[in-house]
Amino acid sequence: MRGTRRVARHRGAGRWNAGAHGNGPGWTSFLSLMPLLLIAGLALPSAADAQDVENGQRLYERWCAECHGAEGEGDGPAASRMLPRPRDFTEARYQIRTTASGNLPTTGDIMRAIEHGLPGTTMPGWPNLNRSQQRDLTAYLKSLSPFFERLGPPDSLSFESPPGGGEEALESGRQVYTKLECDRCHGSAGRGDGPSAPTLTDWRDQPVRAADLTQPWLFNGGSSVEEIHRRFLTGLDGTPMPTQADALNAGVVDSAQLWDLAYYVRSLAPERVPPPGRNVVRVERIADDEELPAGPGADAWDDVDRYWFPMAGQVLERPRQFEPMVDGVWVEGVHDGSEIALRVSWNDPSQSPDSAWMQWQRRVAGALYADGTPWPTDSLPDRLAVQFPTEIPEGRERPYFLMGSAQKPVYLWRWNSRDGIRESTATGLGTAGPLPESRLQGQATWSAGQWSVVFRRSLEGEGQRISLESGVAVPVAFYAWDGNNAETGKRAAVSSWYFVVLEVPTGNEVYVAPAAVVLLVAGFGVFMVRSARQGETGGGAGDDGSGA
Amino acid sequence: MRTTDLRGWIPTAVAAVTAAAFVACGGGGDQAGQEGGEGQQAAQQQGPVVPPDSQAFVRGAVQFEGTAPEAESIDMSQEQFCAARYEAPEPRTQHVVVNDGMLQNVFVYVSSGLERSFPTPQEAETLDQQACRYRPHVMGVQAGQPLAIMNSDSVLHNINATPSANRGFNVSQPQAGMTTTRKFAVEEVMIPVACDVHGWMNAYIGVLPHPFYDVSGQDGSVAMDGLPPGEYVIEAWHERYGVMSDTVTLAAGDTASVSFTYSADMAGAEVPLGDPIYPHDHGEESHAAPADAEVGNR
Repeated sequence: MRGTRRVARHRGAGRWNAGAHGNGPGWTSFLSLMPLLLIAGLALPSAADAQDVENGQRLYERWCAECHGAEGEGDGPAASRMLPRPRDFTEARYQIRTTASGNLPTTGDIMRAIEHGLPGTTMPGWPNLNRSQQRDLTAYLKSLSPFFERLGPPDSLSFESPPGGGEEALESGRQVYTKLECDRCHGSAGRGDGPSAPTLTDWRDQPVRAADLTQPWLFNGGSSVEEIHRRFLTGLDGTPMPTQADALNAGVVDSAQLWDLAYYVRSLAPERVPPPGRNVVRVERIADDEELPAGPGADAWDDVDRYWFPMAGQVLERPRQFEPMVDGVWVEGVHDGSEIALRVSWNDPSQSPDSAWMQWQRRVAGALYADGTPWPTDSLPDRLAVQFPTEIPEGRERPYFLMGSAQKPVYLWRWNSRDGIRESTATGLGTAGPLPESRLQGQATWSAGQWSVVFRRSLEGEGQRISLESGVAVPVAFYAWDGNNAETGKRAAVSSWYFVVLEVPTGNEVYVAPAAVVLLVAGFGVFMVRSARQGETGGGAGDDGSGA
Repeated sequence: MRTTDLRGWIPTAVAAVTAAAFVACGGGGDQAGQEGGEGQQAAQQQGPVVPPDSQAFVRGAVQFEGTAPEAESIDMSQEQFCAARYEAPEPRTQHVVVNDGMLQNVFVYVSSGLERSFPTPQEAETLDQQACRYRPHVMGVQAGQPLAIMNSDSVLHNINATPSANRGFNVSQPQAGMTTTRKFAVEEVMIPVACDVHGWMNAYIGVLPHPFYDVSGQDGSVAMDGLPPGEYVIEAWHERYGVMSDTVTLAAGDTASVSFTYSADMAGAEVPLGDPIYPHDHGEESHAAPADAEVGNR
């Protein structure tokens, strides 16, 4: 528990030159220039700056104040729903810089963040602003803190070019990862599940996640090897991520080893980065002499295609979840003509309920349960749900993607880290009820920050249990809850509808047909998705931009 | 709270003020390095020491009334290297440490009345990380003075300093024996320091433009020696119970005593941290900076 910071600062003071108030040297030099300026009768460079700052302020008020606050203190109306919270510009504490730890960012650093946004956070890029507008906005942001005036422009660190990587570099990088104890926070497999991860807080005492290094598309400072390496030297100010510059200077690691580490960290991402627009899970037909994998660890999964479906917080119904822990699921499926096995894997740093993460749960609840709903103080399990319609829809119409409706219910495969697997139906969020005599089987494992659950069921359904037929696209959607992230009930990560298609059985005589069929089926799926999206309303949860 | 007023000693004070004004004017703005004050202020280096025959002294005691909250035990099981360094009883938090009614870890300092500058020591103050704890838990350092942060543990620590008036830093020390040296450029009471690897590790550093500060020891005592004669506000800061202040008037050779009494009722009091020092914001509630505060502002 830290104390409160006194925040009364230069509110109301002319912002563009606020720093000059506080600064002997700046003010003195300004005064000493006055006679010259009066004689010359020319516009000051700083007068032009003031113009920029005024333009920047207009842009700020239009585009930025909602999150960053009218005074730039990171406390806009939307801020309380965000983790990490928006930047407080009055403190000039910037995460993504090219400068040393604790130093100010360069103008270019700030402009880069405006242009490209900060992936993994709620900060989007602003390509709608032209360079000149971005410059004006940057000038205004800098005017919000007296540090820029007091300290003058910072020096960027010098960064070498990447040496090229390779197998040896990866092995060396793996050792450096251990030597620098990156695993303390980021975990042994890099999924942000290290022993110190549950207690991490940012400069405002808000909970902050150790980056999941296997999801580089969420790195807020960029995912190239150069960008990763740069952050080792600069650190991420305002977060627990320190600079390694002192370790480098002390000879704990050398410059080449730090590059090796950057290559290694980049290699933790899946080799095949999830391609966009793959909306159909193709469930392969295994050979007749093979058996369906029983559990998540079976070798049989190694050769099966993986599909990635991004998830976002459920924000359409109260209580909402703006910052879910689970960012997406990997899905693989196989069938043998009578039974299907579906493996769903997702990264979750805690095996809820985990007492080590209760502190995290309290902090997250304190930070995000601002809408008056009671905080869950008990230990909550992790949960997952796979959602289908109760029958194959005719035409394009599917049940409402948030657990259906009374007219169009949904059928669910549910898993819970406390109670295991069961089948349910639902007619809307929060209405799921179990089906009697579950026909669903499955197994779950958690390892190094990742859950894997295998569901198995006969292809043939009954009643509200949908039947899965070869060659027919069946809508599917996913839900995930991280109990230790205070997620329960409607506070969940959700996906939009996708499709599952069972590969048609291959006759012994046909070896060419499957490929053609698969192409057709996939095309059909894509067509359906596109058509459905055009006709769909209210399915925007995946696009709300809150998937930090 | 008791105030001891003693005889004034005007000539020395006048001389000191004059000297201070002289050197303060010579102190230009140093725009060098941003990392917590690489450059030294000439004025502070040249400030004359107080002549021995005009020095005054402050002795103080910090008491605690009521029942102190019990220190919580710290679970270090995730860091066996450190856990193994404690025998029973297990390590406990240091937020509120009371011995025989005396409160430890209170930062006591002259917050106003010093109308001159003082030399900046070149020898470093040391903050050690030992058995997953900061030693000391509360400390002071002068603006511009080197602060050496050592890792005496064979485990990773990161030192995450989050000031408001100064620039912070967050440095990784993955190896025993590493020392990181940083400086804070301007006055700030207090700067929180934390290790994110070990969530229980925290410390506070008070940064002042003069050497008149102390941290109450196990017996709650504080001492400040060699003050020039004058009238001073002495402030006490505690991380859970907030601030208290007292005034003293000192003549040459005087020893004044101050006492602060914190009480269990003050739990939950506002604890100011990182008061930014911007002259146009100086209201009644903020620390009145000495006349030469600007010298340290870079």
